[in-house]
Amino acid sequence: MSGARLGPWIVVGLAALYFVLPLVATFEFSLSMLRGTWSFEAYRVVFADPAFRQTFGFSVLAALATIVLGALLVVPTAYWVRLRFPRLRAVIEFVTLLPLVIPAIVLVFGYLRLYNSSSWLPFTGSAWGTNLLLVFGYVVLSLPYMYRAVDTGMGAIDIRTLTEAAESLGARRRTILFQVILPNVRAAVLSGAFLSFAIVIGDFVIAGLLNRPAFGPYLALIGQNRAYEPAALAVVAFAATWGCMALLQLLGGRAPGAAAAPLRTRRKAIP
Amino acid sequence: MSTASPAAGLAAIQPAPAPRRRLPLAWIGLVPFFLFALLFLIGPTAHLVVGAFQTPEGGFTLDNIRGLFTPQIIAAYWISIRVSAASALLGAVIGFFLAYAVVHGKLPPWLRPAVTTFSGVASNFAGIPLAFAFIATLGRVGLVTVFLNETFGISIYRMGFNLLSFWGLTITYLYFQIPLMVLIIAPALDGLKKEWREASAILGASSWQYWRMVALPVLAPSLLGCFLLLFANAFGAVATAFALTGSTLNIVPILLYSQIRGDVLYNPQLGFALAFGMIVITGLSNVLYLVLRARAERWQR
Repeated sequence: MSGARLGPWIVVGLAALYFVLPLVATFEFSLSMLRGTWSFEAYRVVFADPAFRQTFGFSVLAALATIVLGALLVVPTAYWVRLRFPRLRAVIEFVTLLPLVIPAIVLVFGYLRLYNSSSWLPFTGSAWGTNLLLVFGYVVLSLPYMYRAVDTGMGAIDIRTLTEAAESLGARRRTILFQVILPNVRAAVLSGAFLSFAIVIGDFVIAGLLNRPAFGPYLALIGQNRAYEPAALAVVAFAATWGCMALLQLLGGRAPGAAAAPLRTRRKAIP
Repeated sequence: MSTASPAAGLAAIQPAPAPRRRLPLAWIGLVPFFLFALLFLIGPTAHLVVGAFQTPEGGFTLDNIRGLFTPQIIAAYWISIRVSAASALLGAVIGFFLAYAVVHGKLPPWLRPAVTTFSGVASNFAGIPLAFAFIATLGRVGLVTVFLNETFGISIYRMGFNLLSFWGLTITYLYFQIPLMVLIIAPALDGLKKEWREASAILGASSWQYWRMVALPVLAPSLLGCFLLLFANAFGAVATAFALTGSTLNIVPILLYSQIRGDVLYNPQLGFALAFGMIVITGLSNVLYLVLRARAERWQR
């Protein structure tokens, strides 16, 4: 195969161009708020905006709640299924993959219809209830990633032996789960957590339709009304996503028994 | 639909399987998960599916589905399908070449983890910030637009290009479609064993014959499956299109979004049908993907 060295380089080069140009353009645009000179003015304006801090803070809180709730739901389930119901694994996995089939907008439409203020479970009747529903929605969205990561992590450790060892030492179920199993799949939970974080921060549809003051709807609003600030916000968002993924790679590459090489195996595993 | 079967299966599954050892109450450990899935995943979806076949009073009807066949809604589905198909096809082809170049192109070894990591980031970089990035690049005063105009005198907007159009949306979607393709096709490309190439070379096959008779038949289910996954991925996306075009380009998710916010179709039941149509399309492409993936995995072990 002569010329095999040139062809791949051209492909990679063109791809790099396509992927880097928007980043460069966004960065350049975000620096040109003041006429005739490059400055961080757009960033200053964005960071000084109280709405930015409020919405970003709201989304970060929602993300943390999502991660805690998702882990509490997924870790015991994955553990229990592997220990007691190995034949149910396929069913559970299928359910956890459904959020990739059902678009988020359809899901939230269902929430609005099923849990409106005159229904049997009036989540959307109060701000508190709506926030809860929002977090539940985020847990659903992150379910495929969270379950996948944790289940892979469990596969890498011998949970049966660990459980039996703990049992013979007299540990109770809760002790086993929180003091034996959880620390062993910590890295897997974390890798699921970073993806959940990125999903929640980037969400627009669920928060928008539930009318919650989250980061996504704020972005949309700024995008409609301003010129340079959106570019600065895009850079900030990209940096946040990048930071999450970098941490994920770091954890995946280092931790023992973790969902190693999270990105590749994760995507491969998801239909 | 595919969403109804697990719900039906659940009722049968929960109490049924008795654990082999003590504790006949072991199934209680699975209740929180299934309850959550029922309340926040399967229930709401089933509600919409049922609602698509109901009159406001609750009787059975096909009028809602029939109501989808108006010019406005058909146009919305058609442009959605076209954008999703175009971005999925281009994403699959370009992503395939990129992944092949990285996996089998004899490039420096550091390139592969770099491309994989970047793909992980970029495939998650959808949503509103992506729209901002492309407005800064290919918008009317975007970097590339201005550069082409000032350096080569090529005004892409005068040539008919518009970011807020079919092609603009497709080019933007490619930013997360290509990386996704790279991530999901790389394992399949790893499965292309060097021995097969050598064996076919020994038997006197040309490079073209190797591709036509060995590599492509092995990869075909993966490729088609990835295309379907990419298609579903683009079909459900709302945020990018919303931030990019507002409501000038009426794709289905945006139409549904406006319908949920303000009943723009003047028929609340039509929203159910619209959502049902989306589930059918993404559901079908995902089911096909699963079938094809099962076939593809034979070669990957």
